[in-house]
Amino acid sequence: MQKARFIYLDHAATTAVDPRVVEAMLPYFTEAYSNPSSPYRFAERARTALREARAKVAEILGAKPLEIIFTSCGTESDNLALRGVAFASRKRGNHIITTPIEHHAVGHTCEQLEREFGFRVTYVPVDRWGLVDPDDIGRAISPQTVLISVMYANNEIGTIEPIAEIGKIARAKGIPFHTDAVQAGGSLNLRVDELKVDLLALSGHKFYAPKGVGVLYVREGTPLLPMQTGGGQEHHLRAGTENVPYIVGLAKALELAYEGLESEVTRLTALRERLIRGILERIPDAYLTGHPVHRLPNSASFVFAGVEGESILLQLDLAGVAASSGSACTSGAEGPSHVLTAIGLEANLARGSLRLTLGRENTADDVDYVLEVLPGIVRKLREISPIYAARAS
Amino acid sequence: MYSEILIEHFSNPRNVGVIENPDGYGKLSSPVCGDLMEIYIKVEDGRIADIKYRTFGCAAAIASSSIASEMVKGQPLEVAAKLTDEDVAAALGGLPEAKMHCSNLAASALHLALEDYYQKHPEARPKG
Repeated sequence: MQKARFIYLDHAATTAVDPRVVEAMLPYFTEAYSNPSSPYRFAERARTALREARAKVAEILGAKPLEIIFTSCGTESDNLALRGVAFASRKRGNHIITTPIEHHAVGHTCEQLEREFGFRVTYVPVDRWGLVDPDDIGRAISPQTVLISVMYANNEIGTIEPIAEIGKIARAKGIPFHTDAVQAGGSLNLRVDELKVDLLALSGHKFYAPKGVGVLYVREGTPLLPMQTGGGQEHHLRAGTENVPYIVGLAKALELAYEGLESEVTRLTALRERLIRGILERIPDAYLTGHPVHRLPNSASFVFAGVEGESILLQLDLAGVAASSGSACTSGAEGPSHVLTAIGLEANLARGSLRLTLGRENTADDVDYVLEVLPGIVRKLREISPIYAARAS
Repeated sequence: MYSEILIEHFSNPRNVGVIENPDGYGKLSSPVCGDLMEIYIKVEDGRIADIKYRTFGCAAAIASSSIASEMVKGQPLEVAAKLTDEDVAAALGGLPEAKMHCSNLAASALHLALEDYYQKHPEARPKG
């Protein structure tokens, strides 16, 4: 038995800031701290840093700098994309197409647009792996459709959606296409022309930048009503004095992620497969959720029959492992995860979910430790459970 | 979030199991989060001679059923009848408001088991 230590396996929730990112940010707190809009020479360093950060992000996305907006987070980016396009397009139409597995930043915003602002939202169903069929999206398009929003990769089950195929259909009908790429950023190809997207949201703290900074890519020519108005920053699309150190940090973190991408993706995928195979081999009545192949390189998500997610998490915590679950008890929500419900999992099975998401510092030893402790945790909880006993008898 | 007592009862829950031919049986599911408890009691001389349970739920739910079972085992039936969710939560060192439904589940499932017993043994039901 390995000695107890802390193993962080919740990188989909957040990541630590890379020390190289911290180093890049520091001068802009106390040395080059000027407002980038100020006219004097002292502001030049901050202004240059902002311009270079924007150019760096644009380059990774294959976009133009004027198409990159810095925001405070992925949620703000998604809100701006949805509300911005919906309100700018309201005279042309009021129909939005999305999926039932979106993050709440998209889902709850769509619900509000429907409830309070007279929009009509179609949720195109997903299959048992969480995949949406591009043709189903195509069939849902109406003359009133003003926006399509489909996430690039799902945060709970890791499934990667066919974004380029959907983009092709959206483009043929001239409908703006938004993707919440918050979980994809740092792992998957973000080149917007290959993805055929018009709006793309990123969140810094998922790829080793700090919490509190995000990106919204907006293709030139996309109708967008600004939500935050004021001094005209971010091409008049998102007012507010630019958070230079955090923007610098985000650009640095994105650059670091895409520099060594191929080898890191290979490494993470191998660890992920070791984890998935090990868990499915050692624990009976355990099921992988999400697509087995088209899934994020670092994401291993399961449901275990007869046990509840939060109790698994707390036992893992006591064993030194930080992980996540979609259970109601963890999120404080009522009912199991909307994502697990959308892929057709029965309610009690959906309650037994566990998500393990690997990161830069995780090793094969970390994976092996989880494989050592998790089976016993699940077995003990099943001994207490009335539901597992019912299945066994 | 959780007290040491709660973590102890969650990690080493007491009285887990079933009783064949129980004198009282209570099964309850929480509408809030889907947690489920099954409680079995054996009654002798007006006391809970034995109590066992099974719980599907979060740490607070498991700990609530464990500590509730300890609080009533060997006690007169009236003690079990008077047990409330607040008693259970207090015994656990307090519960966050969002988790009070777990202690409520334990107390209510126990009351259901008692009620089951009284239905089978109406003469044992207290008057008034």
